[in-house]
Amino acid sequence: MRHLALAAAILLGSTALAGAETVYHRGNTAEPETLDQHLTSTIYESNILRDLYEGLVIDGADGSVQPGVAESWAMSDDGLVYTFTLRNDAKWSNGDPVTASDFVFSYRRILDPATGAKYADVLYPIDGAEAYNKGEADAETLGVRAPDDLTVEITLANATPYFLQLLTHQTSLPVHPATVEADPENFTKPGTMVSNGPYALSEWVPNAHIKAEKNANFHDADSVAIDTVYYYPTEDRAAALRRFEAGELDSNNDGPVEQMTYMSERLGDQLRIAPYLGTYYYAINTSKPPFDDARVRKALSMVIDREFLASEIWGDTMVAGYSLVPPGIDNYGEPAYADYKDMSLLDREDSALEMMKDAGFGPDNPLEVDIRFNTSENHQKTATAIADMWKPLGVETTLTNSDTKTHYAILRDRGDFDVARAGWIGDYSDPQNFLFLLESENEGFNYARYENMEYDNLMKRAAATNDLDERAGILFQAEEIFSRDQPYIPLMYYGSISLVSDRLQGWEDNLRNVHPTRFMSVGE
Amino acid sequence: MSNATADAAIIPARDLEKGRSLWSDAMRRLRANKAAVAAIFTLALMALACVIGPMISPHPFDKVYQSYVKARPSLEPYPTAEQIQDDLERALRRARVTIDSFSVEGDTLAVTLSADEKIDPRMTRYIDRVDAFANARITGEENDGRILHIEADVARTLFLAGTDQNGRDLLTRILIGGRVSLAIGLLATFVALLIGVAWGAVAGYAGGRIDQLMMRFVDVLYSLPFIFFVIMLVVFFGRNFILMFIAVGAVEWLDMARIVRGQTLSIKRQEYVEAARALGVSQWHIIWRHIVPNALGPVVIYMTLLVPKVILLESFLSFLGLGVQEPMTSWGVLISEGARNIQDAPYLLIYPSIFLAITLLCLNFIGDGLRDALDPKDR
Amino acid sequence: MIRFILKRLTSAIPTLFVIVTVAFFLMRLAPGGPFSLERPLPPQILANLMAHYKLDQPLWAQYLDYLKGLMTGDLGPSYVYRDFTVDELLLQGLPVSIQLGLSALVLATLIGCALGTIAALRQNRPADYSVMAVALIGITIPNFVMAPVLTLLFAIHLGWLPAGGWGEGALVNKILPVFALALPQIAVIARLTRGSMIEVMRSNHIRTARAYGLPAHVVVGRALRGALLPVISYLGPAAAALLTGSVVIESIFGVPGIGRHFVQGALNRDYTLVMGTVVTVAVFVVLFNLIVDVLYAWLDPKVRLE
Repeated sequence: MRHLALAAAILLGSTALAGAETVYHRGNTAEPETLDQHLTSTIYESNILRDLYEGLVIDGADGSVQPGVAESWAMSDDGLVYTFTLRNDAKWSNGDPVTASDFVFSYRRILDPATGAKYADVLYPIDGAEAYNKGEADAETLGVRAPDDLTVEITLANATPYFLQLLTHQTSLPVHPATVEADPENFTKPGTMVSNGPYALSEWVPNAHIKAEKNANFHDADSVAIDTVYYYPTEDRAAALRRFEAGELDSNNDGPVEQMTYMSERLGDQLRIAPYLGTYYYAINTSKPPFDDARVRKALSMVIDREFLASEIWGDTMVAGYSLVPPGIDNYGEPAYADYKDMSLLDREDSALEMMKDAGFGPDNPLEVDIRFNTSENHQKTATAIADMWKPLGVETTLTNSDTKTHYAILRDRGDFDVARAGWIGDYSDPQNFLFLLESENEGFNYARYENMEYDNLMKRAAATNDLDERAGILFQAEEIFSRDQPYIPLMYYGSISLVSDRLQGWEDNLRNVHPTRFMSVGE
Repeated sequence: MSNATADAAIIPARDLEKGRSLWSDAMRRLRANKAAVAAIFTLALMALACVIGPMISPHPFDKVYQSYVKARPSLEPYPTAEQIQDDLERALRRARVTIDSFSVEGDTLAVTLSADEKIDPRMTRYIDRVDAFANARITGEENDGRILHIEADVARTLFLAGTDQNGRDLLTRILIGGRVSLAIGLLATFVALLIGVAWGAVAGYAGGRIDQLMMRFVDVLYSLPFIFFVIMLVVFFGRNFILMFIAVGAVEWLDMARIVRGQTLSIKRQEYVEAARALGVSQWHIIWRHIVPNALGPVVIYMTLLVPKVILLESFLSFLGLGVQEPMTSWGVLISEGARNIQDAPYLLIYPSIFLAITLLCLNFIGDGLRDALDPKDR
Repeated sequence: MIRFILKRLTSAIPTLFVIVTVAFFLMRLAPGGPFSLERPLPPQILANLMAHYKLDQPLWAQYLDYLKGLMTGDLGPSYVYRDFTVDELLLQGLPVSIQLGLSALVLATLIGCALGTIAALRQNRPADYSVMAVALIGITIPNFVMAPVLTLLFAIHLGWLPAGGWGEGALVNKILPVFALALPQIAVIARLTRGSMIEVMRSNHIRTARAYGLPAHVVVGRALRGALLPVISYLGPAAAALLTGSVVIESIFGVPGIGRHFVQGALNRDYTLVMGTVVTVAVFVVLFNLIVDVLYAWLDPKVRLE
């Protein structure tokens, strides 16, 4: 162990002598659970994998879809078949060419039930994917084919307007078939991993750092400015801020919300807050009286001063939210906001009081609500503030916290709760990825236990609609039903906080909060 | 630490004459120890403040002052002059009116508002909604209600220790938190002390197989994953004040037992114990009269160390959903919240820490006094 | 002596067995599993995963499987850190934790005993008061406060030391974590040493030794021998705790030890990893208590090993 470190130090020293190499110290939320792209499920893993691998298409510096291994593609008129033409100079880090069959292998691997991939369902839009992943069909039936070495053809089950964006997700990154087959247990380890991205893995010390070095075989290696990247798991956000201040980190993709005032005073432009594709909400247990009464839910939702939550509690790292789908999302227009969005708070309180009275609650019969949340200072502050905002309605609120696993286990296993905190960060930029949360068949996500045939039917119709404008209209109708019934109380849209040093160039704020290292450079 | 220690050492002979009981004698000697008495008095005062303080405080402990989130500690009452303007602007921003002028004289605020249309007289409610203002009233209108003159009382509030992240008075919260922390700190420690001393003394005195068995039991408890134990308690029994004591008590006596056992091993070979045994004194009597008093020195010191540990452990229990629940709080919770705001609002950490430190200082003196009072060598 | 040690080591096996058994079943009572995530998994995928890790088998079968693995030193795969086995994670992290813990332990024992002795010899004098004041600070300030304060001071204000990171185990990276780990222990040890030192100095044999006019360092040396007993009892479990890492210190300083596996593992319901840490702790606890008992007999001839 020590000898290895010593050897690495000597090696490091010698490369440093060889030339002025640029090193990027990148703070990255947490220790990755795995670097096997087919097993990953988290955003901090995707931040590393995005640098190590290149998919058919990639995320640009601004978060838009850009050509990756595929230099061009075509979609059939019915939107069901995508044909990708691969560039002929794409290589793996060991020099092997990247071929179409590598992608076929990769898609079959992630969808193989034996792989146990957590995010396999992201690829269910591909024809045959769901059946294969559920063990109902063979790998050959999967709609991913390689007519020749440089062509990948993907057939979809239904037209999926966000499909290209889906391909930028880490689940679509290819693996090197020969390495995976030779050493399936260890192919993600340094020394064994063969990747096709701008960087190659060179060191992994769990809970300390991951080191990646420029991949000389990468087709666009010349334009990659940073030679070495260190990714640090910065679980303690306050500690990450201190390391950033001490100059040990060039960037960190989170910051302590509690210390916003301090950060904005001290860091200036180095503190970046950008809108993010996510919604922070309270799920209401619609199967439990009196919360099955839409009037009660709406009254509870109306009186919440979201602007106060966003600015005072979350230090403007969130934006007051009145809809489930965050604004700015692709394939959609303005979301269907709650009708009280533009009412003054006083009017909202007055009409909420009316509604509560109609529902049978008042000073003589106060409503008792318990808010459940997973332990975190900010969730607690939010719950405390909301309890205070409910006081004028005569609502008596208690707060119950538990650790994250217990919290979600209770939500999912149909445990008893009144109101529970939850949040959703979109996997891809499409309203369907938010609205599907409340489909009655969606057992896992539908914490509210909301069942509405009309809503379900609209969602089904949208899935079968190819015309984007028409589809957006149908989804908008579904969201209108959501806003009317309020099974969830949308509170805020997430913002992303990043600490970005002045030394680091090329970090572009974007809605999806993706920042590939290959487009960045480190100055002095 | 205590002057009485030295005094007591000089006057041991006098006490030998009377065959007073060990414990009543100890009480008498404790009373003679000025530092210890002062510490007991301070601690009692603190406990009293925690019981009564929240009741007489002008701020209920769970009252949220939306306008005063993270207000700095100050001897001057809030709102400050700039704050009045900020608050007013913020209150009226959403009402789509313009503030033509405003002035503060004494405790009265006078505002003139204007708008293109008739202003809703409910406007006063916006002003009342701000914590700094009360009793807003319309004193006149011009131009068919397009211009309104409003007066309101300025409510001056004092936050000696500032306010927390939700805008609640920190001092009141420290006092109410002290109830939980002092209770759990003292009671759970006392429970741990009882079990630990008894367990350790018996194991050490019995020796042999019984000792081995008892100490291996301690090892088992020491190695079990505490978090799962707590989560299980929460899931099966819900949140409950008593459970907190059980959870803390279940783990914190272990070290105590080990220390007492260690002391006992050495004490039981002392001449006076051998002598008592030779005289046929019963085993329990030996443990109670000879072993325990002679082992108390390190026990008392360890006890004073245990109190802060327990108080801080409680915040971890709260993290897991056991322990106190918002809007209630405790020193442990306040300190760990303060630690997260260390760069932004250090006073959130400093004030509760001062209360904890004073408590510990008192316990130190009391502990030293107790040890001296109970030390059989000084009798 | 050898017989005693051997006997104790054999008696450790049933102890470990009880610990493993109770811990194994205890953690399965907690709600949620390693794969219940914020983003819930579709039932089929969850079933695939459970089958992959044999978590779909009856609990007793899993338990027997685990025991079988344990016999051969195989602690199983980590459910959360899926690229590593528990053995790999512990082998990687334990040396780091031991390094830090041992340094802190030695530092704390030396400084703590020295300060405690000085305070005892200068009882109720300024030296005593200042030592005890420092000890009070060490006890009052929890390490989750001390660690940030140290980084703010030494890394950001003064810029002398790094604010975090392991840096391949360079000395500069260890100073602050070791100090933050040692400080509360210094305080406790100083308090304990002072207390028992005062007692021992009053005891007959030391009074006699003094009366004979033995040189001060001989008297102190002899007194210290007796005074160390309670310190040693405390140090047994404390050492086991120190050497198996601290979650707070490790996450604040970004140190790759095993301390955070206890808490993170438990919160993640990473059953095998938690079991691995439980076994590690248990071994350390048993080992250190044995060392304590042996030291006891060595320091105090009256104590017999039974």
